Amino acid sequence: MYELIINFLEGPVPMEAYLIVSSIMFFAGIYGFIARKNLMMMLISIELMLNAADLNFAVFNRYLYPEQPEGMFFTLFGIAIAACETAVAIAIIINIYRNLQDVDVEELNQLKG
Amino acid sequence: MAEQIIFYILAAVIATFSIMAVSTKRIIRSATFLLFVLLSVAGLYLILGYQYLMAVQIAVYAGGIMVLFIFAILLTHKPGESAPSKPIAKRLLIALLSVGGLAFCTHIIVHNVSKVYSYSLGTTGSDIKYIGLTMMGTDKYQYLLAFEAISMLILACIIGGIMVARKRK
Repeated sequence: MYELIINFLEGPVPMEAYLIVSSIMFFAGIYGFIARKNLMMMLISIELMLNAADLNFAVFNRYLYPEQPEGMFFTLFGIAIAACETAVAIAIIINIYRNLQDVDVEELNQLKG
Repeated sequence: MAEQIIFYILAAVIATFSIMAVSTKRIIRSATFLLFVLLSVAGLYLILGYQYLMAVQIAVYAGGIMVLFIFAILLTHKPGESAPSKPIAKRLLIALLSVGGLAFCTHIIVHNVSKVYSYSLGTTGSDIKYIGLTMMGTDKYQYLLAFEAISMLILACIIGGIMVARKRK
């Protein structure tokens, strides 16, 4: 039993483990995006999905092409774009709340300037 | 050995808290769980050898975006009120779809990711001078154009955010 655990923990972490972790994050994000009705909850789910994608870029870079930095730069730019997207989305949500006093997606059925 | 143990702890934290973040009733708790997930992902970047990515993840996500989230939640949410989900039958269907998709992806990952990848802790992720020169260079495999495009995008986001969120007369 002890040897089994030692053998299991030998060497670097397998690549599949990282990919499975990021797919758990991604599908938790998909569930939250569809199942929740609050706009902030949907934004949180989007952040989870974006983070899973970023983690995948870094993992593939490290395990498949460790001598090139392309995946890492893609992750960096992905984080910057995620920050921009979140800022604009939160501005829109605050504006919606100011106009309609609600951020429930099923109540948002009228276009209003 | 230690790396593996830390990885499995972080993986368990990420899996638990990302599921709790999308299933808890209180929205502010959900934001807190998202913060834990983001910090654990920063730990994974550190295990992978990308120290700079870890710093960016903590500074931008855990520092900047989480503050935005918490203020936006406080602005758009009545205290003590829980954020509603869809009815239980719909939620079960969506959960079933998500678990099915996760099982499909896990099957593909386990059976198709080949074992011949080469893991090595190179210097690409850890050399800050190299990162800076790559980001500012105009040669092949350098990223000045993308960097400037991102800066224009951020400028547009600042202006757009102010325009959208300002008080109208």
